[in-house]
Amino acid sequence: MTKHLISSADLSRAEVEDILETAASMHDLQRREVKKVPTLRGRTVINFFFEDSTRTRSSFEIAGKWMSADTINLSAKGSSTSKGESLRDTAMTVDAMAVDALVIRHHASGACHQVAQWVRCSVINAGDGTHEHPTQALLDAYTLRTRLGDLDGKHVVIVGDLTHSRVFRSNVITLKTLGARVTVVAPPTLMPSGIGAWSAADGFATSWDLDPVLDGEGEHGPVDAVMMLRVQRERMSGGYFPTAREYTVGYGLTRDRLERLVARNDDVLVLHPGPMNRGLEIAPEAADSPQSVVLDQVSAGVAVRMAVLYHLLAGEDTPAPMPASATEGAVR
Amino acid sequence: MTRLVIRGARLLGADQADLLVEDGVITEVGSVSVPSDAEVLDADGLVALPGLVDLHVHLREPGREDAETIATGSAAAAAGGFTAVFAMANTSPVTDTAEAAERVLDLGRACGLTEVVPVGAVTKGLEGAELAELGLMARSRAKVRVFSDDGHCVHDARIMRRALEYIKPFGGVVSQHAQDPRLAGREACCHEGEVSGRLGLPGWPGIAEESIVARDVMLARHTGSRIHVAHVSTAGTVEVIRWAKAQGIDVTAEVTPHHLVLTTDLLLGYDPVYKVNPPLRPTEDVEALRAALADGTIDAVATDHAPHALHDKEHAFVDAAFGMLGLETALSVVSDVMVRTGLLDWADVARVMSTAPARIGGLAHQGRELAVGSPAHITLVDPDREVTVDAAASRSRSRNNPWHGRTLHGAVLATVHAGRVTHDVRNGAGTRRELTNATTSGADL
Repeated sequence: MTKHLISSADLSRAEVEDILETAASMHDLQRREVKKVPTLRGRTVINFFFEDSTRTRSSFEIAGKWMSADTINLSAKGSSTSKGESLRDTAMTVDAMAVDALVIRHHASGACHQVAQWVRCSVINAGDGTHEHPTQALLDAYTLRTRLGDLDGKHVVIVGDLTHSRVFRSNVITLKTLGARVTVVAPPTLMPSGIGAWSAADGFATSWDLDPVLDGEGEHGPVDAVMMLRVQRERMSGGYFPTAREYTVGYGLTRDRLERLVARNDDVLVLHPGPMNRGLEIAPEAADSPQSVVLDQVSAGVAVRMAVLYHLLAGEDTPAPMPASATEGAVR
Repeated sequence: MTRLVIRGARLLGADQADLLVEDGVITEVGSVSVPSDAEVLDADGLVALPGLVDLHVHLREPGREDAETIATGSAAAAAGGFTAVFAMANTSPVTDTAEAAERVLDLGRACGLTEVVPVGAVTKGLEGAELAELGLMARSRAKVRVFSDDGHCVHDARIMRRALEYIKPFGGVVSQHAQDPRLAGREACCHEGEVSGRLGLPGWPGIAEESIVARDVMLARHTGSRIHVAHVSTAGTVEVIRWAKAQGIDVTAEVTPHHLVLTTDLLLGYDPVYKVNPPLRPTEDVEALRAALADGTIDAVATDHAPHALHDKEHAFVDAAFGMLGLETALSVVSDVMVRTGLLDWADVARVMSTAPARIGGLAHQGRELAVGSPAHITLVDPDREVTVDAAASRSRSRNNPWHGRTLHGAVLATVHAGRVTHDVRNGAGTRRELTNATTSGADL
């Protein structure tokens, strides 16, 4: 296992599977009355959030606490330049406190990559700009595998603002790592630049039209899961799409689309990384449907982050948190 | 009278000759018998070029003397073989008045290592709204002829039109930083393409440059004035310029050494040393730029030497400063990628790095033939010398050097500015660091 988790591409298939197996045992722990294990006692984890976040930050914090690590939350909104301190100075300052891991959420793509080159501690990317969000991809994979089993050959459709989505960028990597087939759907204005060459090189499909994909027409084939991405309403002013209404008609998971999906496959899964814009990219009927695993994703978030902390931080002599079953064979 | 004999240099890489320089002027070319009081500079086998002229540098003084000064920038220029550099106006305060331009001129003269020619701002404060005092700058002792808002595009078509009209009486030229701010805003920090898509960085599409250049050549045609395109970075811009020249439009263009070599994929590690404006482009563009420099569509090489303090490059990529050093490595890069590949010979290098930029910038005494009567601005190059670039050894005050660790073939070994040796490492196969003292000792730094 690598020292840092910066990109989903840092993880091999075996490493992803190890983390997800550990996460399964952590998930069991969550259902116990006493949830704390001593695994990371004496370790210090700093959650350094340069950007607002509710679920990712609380999820990392809970994960650290349940592992008995000392977790501290720091926030520094706005760019480091506006504070007059360079990113390097900020990172070195925290690193000088001899912490074991730095969990970073930053508004700038690549910030975690840069910080990892300056510090001694482990760096975990909790979302960098519009680049990546590897623990989100892991928890999505965990959620999918819980319901679908092995993801080899499974078809996952990702829909929404791909240009500005770190969730998409990490998911497309992790899903491919696990053998899934991925189709991404967005209007041309919300497709990242160069997606043609990129998708060809990395082996995923793209479409400007949602319905033929959901209906499994032609080469698209049957759909096993649909991941809806958040679309920020302010994108309209950037000319990315004309109105919310038009976006929903073209790319929203409407009640009608959900019904057609379920008619073809009632085990289809609906995912959303949150926070949801109900009525824009996802209809309430879809968000609250039996197919929706949105809350499972949140619940998996803590377990997966515990597993990531364990794999990155636990030393050779650290006992596995659940000695008996699930973490057997876990590789650090 | 001070006398200097340069012995045995190959003029423009061709025939070997001696050059006698007296009081800053070449007075004899051929087989020179050395006067007893002359300093002798043995240049046996070295290529002699007219002193290099750089249409585009940032010397940061006044305002950011922590990143570069006119003195340190001049030292870097001399080390790079430059006998004249055009200092861009985006200092603090901006060079938008005659007084500001004269101050830059005087600081350069006091330093004496290279001719520092101030570029005047097109608009007051580089704000793009009102014309700066173009005429007063032209009439000043600095005799400003090149005007540029570099760092910003003169994006308002009406202002651009008026500027082009207004500078005609005094033979001025607008050097345009072509970047449509609506297509590539301040946040755009990387070529828009597959790499920016993967990295999640805001893109700077080629069309933001090309559409402005297309507009500007039409404005130049309409006004009958002269336009110079700074740091051309895309194949599309090359096509527009080639078309405009075929129409007889008075347009010239420059390319930086880095855009002739470095490509977008270097950004995969998010290292801000590769953050530059315009951004590094893909291989197809790089190849088109080399071809355009070779066939004359692009007239000149200009460095866009842009020093930055260390901490200004230690931010997240999108927040870090734009720009890279270029003065000391320019000739080596051109030698490596243009001469060694056969795209240019040394006479062509003299054209693109001296004659053409001097003509574009209106410097009659620079870029002259190495002949009797010419001012003695001379650069001596060892075309076979291998140089491994060491950022720490730079004469620049800054270290944002994208060439660090790269090995280039061809190097400037000596520079003569107005008859005076401003740089000489012929015997210093030694490190560049040692040379710093040698070149700066007499320079009153």
